[in-house]
Amino acid sequence: MPDTSINIVIGGGAGQGLATVGQLMARAATRAGYHLLVNQDYMSRIRGGHNFFSIRMGAEPVMAIAEGIDVLVALDGRTIDEQSAQLNAGAIVIAGDTIDTAGLNALRVPFKELAPKPLFHNVAALGVLGAAVCGEVSILEDLLRQTFAKKGEAVVQANIEVVRKAHDWVGEQAFDFSCIAPPPEHPGKRLMLDGNEAIALGALAAGCNFVSFYPMTPATTVPITLIAKGAPLGLVHDQAEDEIAAINMAIGASYAGARALVATSGGGFALMTEGVSLAGVSETPLVVVVAQRPGPATGMATRTEQADLNLVLYSGHGEFPRAVFAPGTVEQCFYLTHRAFDLAEQYQTPMFVLTDQFLADSYRTVAPFDLGGLPEIAQPLLEAPSPYARYALTDDGVSPRMVPGFSEVLVRADSHEHDEHGRITEDAANRVRQNVKRLDKGNGLMQDVIGPEYYGPDESDEGADLVLLCWGSSLGACLEAAQTLNAKGLVRTTVLHFSQVYPLREEQFMDFLESAGQVVAVEGNATAQFARLVARETGFVVTGSVLRFDGRPLSPRYILKGLESIV
Amino acid sequence: MTSIEQYGQFETSWCPGCGNFPLLESLKKALMRLDLPPHRVMVSSGIGQAAKAPHYMHCHMFNGLHGRSLPVAQGMKMANPEMTVICQSGDGCVYGEGGNHFLAAIRRNMDITLLVHDNQIYGLTKGQASPTTQRGHVTKTQPGGAPSEAFNPVAVAVAMKAGFVARAFTGEPEHLTEMIVQAVSHPGFSLVDIFQPCVSFNKVNTFGWYKEHCRIIEDHDPTDWASAMALADEFGERIPLGVLYRGERPVLATSMPLARHRYGADALVAVLESYA
Repeated sequence: MPDTSINIVIGGGAGQGLATVGQLMARAATRAGYHLLVNQDYMSRIRGGHNFFSIRMGAEPVMAIAEGIDVLVALDGRTIDEQSAQLNAGAIVIAGDTIDTAGLNALRVPFKELAPKPLFHNVAALGVLGAAVCGEVSILEDLLRQTFAKKGEAVVQANIEVVRKAHDWVGEQAFDFSCIAPPPEHPGKRLMLDGNEAIALGALAAGCNFVSFYPMTPATTVPITLIAKGAPLGLVHDQAEDEIAAINMAIGASYAGARALVATSGGGFALMTEGVSLAGVSETPLVVVVAQRPGPATGMATRTEQADLNLVLYSGHGEFPRAVFAPGTVEQCFYLTHRAFDLAEQYQTPMFVLTDQFLADSYRTVAPFDLGGLPEIAQPLLEAPSPYARYALTDDGVSPRMVPGFSEVLVRADSHEHDEHGRITEDAANRVRQNVKRLDKGNGLMQDVIGPEYYGPDESDEGADLVLLCWGSSLGACLEAAQTLNAKGLVRTTVLHFSQVYPLREEQFMDFLESAGQVVAVEGNATAQFARLVARETGFVVTGSVLRFDGRPLSPRYILKGLESIV
Repeated sequence: MTSIEQYGQFETSWCPGCGNFPLLESLKKALMRLDLPPHRVMVSSGIGQAAKAPHYMHCHMFNGLHGRSLPVAQGMKMANPEMTVICQSGDGCVYGEGGNHFLAAIRRNMDITLLVHDNQIYGLTKGQASPTTQRGHVTKTQPGGAPSEAFNPVAVAVAMKAGFVARAFTGEPEHLTEMIVQAVSHPGFSLVDIFQPCVSFNKVNTFGWYKEHCRIIEDHDPTDWASAMALADEFGERIPLGVLYRGERPVLATSMPLARHRYGADALVAVLESYA
């Protein structure tokens, strides 16, 4: 019986077009009704090196990356050297006939014969790959038609010819590979997008109409998506001279009525932190996306890590409320970004979406987002009765926020301590009143906390033998690791995943943690930052941990191996 | 008709005799002459005594961080292009801490006006050299004299062909008012570098010193870049005051106030469809 999931890896040097092959293949698989999860592994260089794009494709939902490879598309010889050790039994290698595949079960493709120009080699590779995994050529043809429509009919036809020829060529070959099982039934319309795209779309759905940014991997695709999809709708964008300018510009825009977002990574965010305090004291709504990569400083610029939780948690000087979201899936990227905007508007304080390179670049298949079910986002006032006090003391700490310019009422915002009217003052009693007012907004935020999700083997959440405590993008790997353990029937394992990592509400999870046999923190960092946060907030000390900080994403196999010495 | 009273009178934290007083008065007069009521003006400022200026008049204001008045001002302008946006900062704030933003703002060329209260010293931190302090000027933190060459903001702005570059002095309040009027009226980025003596900490560039050296220029064609460059470079026996350069460059503009801008549900559905 054919497998219900396969892992396809396309490897090559930067600049060889492997991401194009990968994206087209992934989209074709999505349209054919498969589920998928993509991991992109790339080096910090423009040409050459060894990069790969892996597509785990399943007839059933897939949640995590897999190490073992079933189909390896090698666009260069180095890919064979780097990846062949990962080949599963029965795996097939697809490579050009000039590449040495000695000893491997290989489909050696005569690219020169199939494609008129080297430019078309990756489309030929797509055709071969599609045929090898038993895909229909019509799906590929439709995709190419859409992809190249802007370049004119001649280009479309040339590409279609190549893909058809490559597909047909595979039919004439004798090779040994069993196809993936067809999806049980077509799951209906789905979208294929990566984490950063979902963040950008969540922002658009929340009415985000301003983005300022300084390019930094792996955050840049958030503004790129906002510009590609939002600018035609009226989103205003600016590539700032640096991250300091980017956040201050967004704060200025937000003050003047824009719904603003900035996106960056650790090093850029470090520069932004004075601006974070400015948003806090001036009570200006702002959503900050931090896409983590390994630090300190430049670290490993294109790889993944979950080591900036502390940076975001403690960013900015002084005290003011905030919330930090850490999506674990592409769906959560969308919905939590939307929520971050809602809370930023409601509580007039900075909100954070903490993602990482793995999730940022990971394509997934998702059901279309429910636009109709999203809550209305709070609005600032355009007109208010005079007299008006921007920082009026209120029971919940939330003051009436007005946008300047729509009435004769004047709106003053200040980075200094200020009175209710926004006037600078060093009066001691006023300082206390305003500081308490700002912190009071935290009470509301606390009521709105999204609790962690339990993923247990049965209805009863409590009393698991083993709890994998995780946050952010590690969710999928933990779920599969737990599934494997539960299938063995030795330890009853539950995953406790936090998609909001700050603030925390003890009552949402403490009973669960205390009733567990053992709690193990699974995190993409070296010091178990989240487990320490839980200890700081609740006093609950997590003793075991599986930590990964080699720049690669957590995988089920990595977690299971790490658990061996603990459980 | 806008009256100067609309802009109010406030108690300040400035030293008696500070150049900020006549500067603020000139700004109010200029806004009155431009017939701009307070609710049509947004002022962004940084940190320092100069940056407190918007606290001392009725207007919309965002008094932000040291050196960051220009990014905030540009964000404001992009969010609501219908408003008049003015940026007020000192020489340390905007040329030192905010130097990169100064260069970028000139390149971007949005319709905003930058008024620099230039007293060639850090006043609020009590007398250190600023980017415009002349080399050799002795201070407590530069006891051997300021070691670096002074930054010449107007020369840099002219070299970059900024939209509007002027120099003014609070000892010539009528001229200063006129410069602000012209700067705000200019479509695009406008710089008015304003000598505003620090009576407490700059004992070199005093009111008398500026009075002796500053000369209002006559018969200069501000569209003549080469002669603007020559005038901007003059800083010594004679310091030219007036519009040094005026150029026409494309202005970076956005279309509408974003506060009223909403996406239609159909547009969002279409965006999602593009990922199918």
